Amino acid sequence: MADLAHSTPRSQSNLGRIALRWLLYILLAVFALYYLMPLFVMVTTSLKSLDEIRTGSLVALPREVTFDAWKTAWSGACTGIQCEGLQPYFWNSVLLAVPAVMISTLIGALNGYVIAQWRFKGANLIFSLMLFGCFIPFQVVLLPMARLLGMMGLAGTIPGLIFVHVIYGIGFTTLFFRNYYVTIPSELVKAAKVDGANFFRIFWSIFLPLSLPIIVVTVIWQFTQIWNDFLFGVSFSQAGTQPVTVALNNIVNSTTGVKEYNVDMAAAIIAALPTLLVYVVAGKYFIRGLTAGSVKG
Amino acid sequence: MSEWLENHLPKMVLAPSFIAVLVFVYGFIGWTAWVSLTRSKLLPRYEIHGFIQYDRLFASPRWDTAMNNLFIFGALFIVIAMVLGLLLAIMLDQKIRTEGVIRTIYLYPMALSMIVTGTAWKWILNPGLGIEATVRGWGFENFSFDWVVNPDFAIYTIVLAAVWQSSGFVMALFLAGLRSVDGEIIKAAQVDGIPTWRIYTAIIIPSMAPIFLSAFIVLAHLAIKSFDLVIALTGGGPGYATDLPATYMYAMAFSRGDIGQAASSAMIMMLVVFAIVVPYLYSELRAKTDG
Repeated sequence: MADLAHSTPRSQSNLGRIALRWLLYILLAVFALYYLMPLFVMVTTSLKSLDEIRTGSLVALPREVTFDAWKTAWSGACTGIQCEGLQPYFWNSVLLAVPAVMISTLIGALNGYVIAQWRFKGANLIFSLMLFGCFIPFQVVLLPMARLLGMMGLAGTIPGLIFVHVIYGIGFTTLFFRNYYVTIPSELVKAAKVDGANFFRIFWSIFLPLSLPIIVVTVIWQFTQIWNDFLFGVSFSQAGTQPVTVALNNIVNSTTGVKEYNVDMAAAIIAALPTLLVYVVAGKYFIRGLTAGSVKG
Repeated sequence: MSEWLENHLPKMVLAPSFIAVLVFVYGFIGWTAWVSLTRSKLLPRYEIHGFIQYDRLFASPRWDTAMNNLFIFGALFIVIAMVLGLLLAIMLDQKIRTEGVIRTIYLYPMALSMIVTGTAWKWILNPGLGIEATVRGWGFENFSFDWVVNPDFAIYTIVLAAVWQSSGFVMALFLAGLRSVDGEIIKAAQVDGIPTWRIYTAIIIPSMAPIFLSAFIVLAHLAIKSFDLVIALTGGGPGYATDLPATYMYAMAFSRGDIGQAASSAMIMMLVVFAIVVPYLYSELRAKTDG
C-alpha cells in the first residue's frame, strides 16, 4: 500500500491498467468456459458407461473411455419402435440437404442476377415480396403445405421435404446473390451484350466465375438451415424418412426402457457434427452469411 | 422471335420463383387466414363463421400461458442476449491477442441445431444427475436446482439455453459495429483525455443504433419462432408450463386435430412478427431506394 501511495501517478495508472487487463482476460476465459461447458459435458458423457454416469460427477472426465454409446447411437438406439440408431436418418438428412442446397442456390443465383443486373419494371416489387417471405413464421404455411404435399403424393417423402426447403429457401438465396451482384457495375453486362453475348452466356462466363465467395456463403447458410431444421422435418416426414434432428429428438424423448444418457449425448454430437465441421472449416463464410442473412447487407 | 425471347428472358427466369412465392407464401397465408375464420376441426372446412376460433383461442388457458411465456421468454432472451453480446464485443475489442480463438468459441453454438442445444441442456439441468447432483456431490447437500422440471421456473431454462445459443452471434454483430466506428473521432476523444468508458457510452454505442435495431429484430424473430428448443428441452412441459405459440400451433395442427385453432394461432404469430418486422423492412427498403 505504501508503495502505491508513493508511486507517481503514471506508474499507478500503469498498475491499474495491468490489473484491468488481467480482469479482462479472466472474464473472457470465464465466458469461454460457459460456452464450452455444454460441449465438454456432451463429449465426456458420451464416453462414459451408464454406471459411471450414475455414480460420477457431471463435470468429471471419464475414468474408463468407452465408445459403446457411440456405436449404439449410430446403429442401435431406438427411435420409437425401430432400433436402427441414427444412421439411416443421418443419410436421410444428407439426401435431403444436398439437392435442396444445390437447387436453391442455383435458383437464387439466377434470381439475383436478374434482379441486380437486368432490371425491369416491377423487379424491385418482386424482390420486396420475396424478401418479406423470409420473415414469415412458417407455422402460417404448415397446414396448406401439408395438404398440398398430400395432393401431390409427396407427403412423408424426402422429395417433398426437398421441395419445401427449396421453396422457402429461395428468398434468402436470392437476397444473398442480389446483394452481391448489385455491386458489379452494369457496364459489364452492356459491354458483353455489345460483343454479342446473350443472357445465359453472360451469367455463365462472367458472373458465375466472379461468384465463388457468395456461393460459399449461400451454400453454408442453406446447408446449416436445412440440416438443423426441425419444424418442416417433424411436420412433413413419416417413420423412415425423418431427418436426423427429428430422429435425435425421438431417441432422447423416447420413454421406453432405461434412459441412456451417454447414447443421447453421442447421438446429439453425431447430429451436430456436419454443421460444426462446416463452422470450423469455413467459419469466416459462416459468420458472413449469418450477418448478411439477418442484417441484410 | 429470338430478340423477343432475349428481351423477355430475364422476366421468364424470375417468373417461376415469383409465382412460387405468390402461391406458397402469400396464397398459403391467405388459406390459413380463411380457415382461421371457419369451424374446421380435423379437416378444413371453408364456410366462414366469423371470429369463433379467435374467441376460443383467447379463452383458452393454454394459449394464455403460451402468450405469457412468449412475453417472459422474449423479453429476457432479447435483453440478456443483447447485454451479454455487447459486453463480450466491447471486451473483445480491447486488442485481445487471442481474439480469433475466443470469437470462434463464443460463436460455435450458433452452428448447432436447437434440438442439439436442447438435448445438451436437458442433460445438464436434469436434477438427478446434472448440475444439482454435481453441486450436492461437492458437499452442498441442500443445493437445489430443479428449474427444468419446476413449472414455475422451467421457462427460464429455455431462456438460459437460448441465450447460450445466440449471444455469441449478437457479439459478432456488435463487434462488426464497433469496428466500423470512425477511428478518427475516437482518437480525437482520447487526445482530449476523455476516459474510455465515456468514449463508449457517449460516442461509440450511440453510433451503433442501427445495429441495436438489427439485433433486436433478429432476436425477436428467433423468440417468436422458437419451437425446436422447447420441444427438445422441456417438450412444452411440465404440463404445458413452457408452451409457446409455436408449440401450441403444432399441437393443435398435428396431435389435437384442431385445424381451426392451429390456423388462428398461426395468424396471431404472424401478426406479432409483422408488428415487429414490417416497420423495419419498410424503413430499410425506403432507405435503399432513397440512397
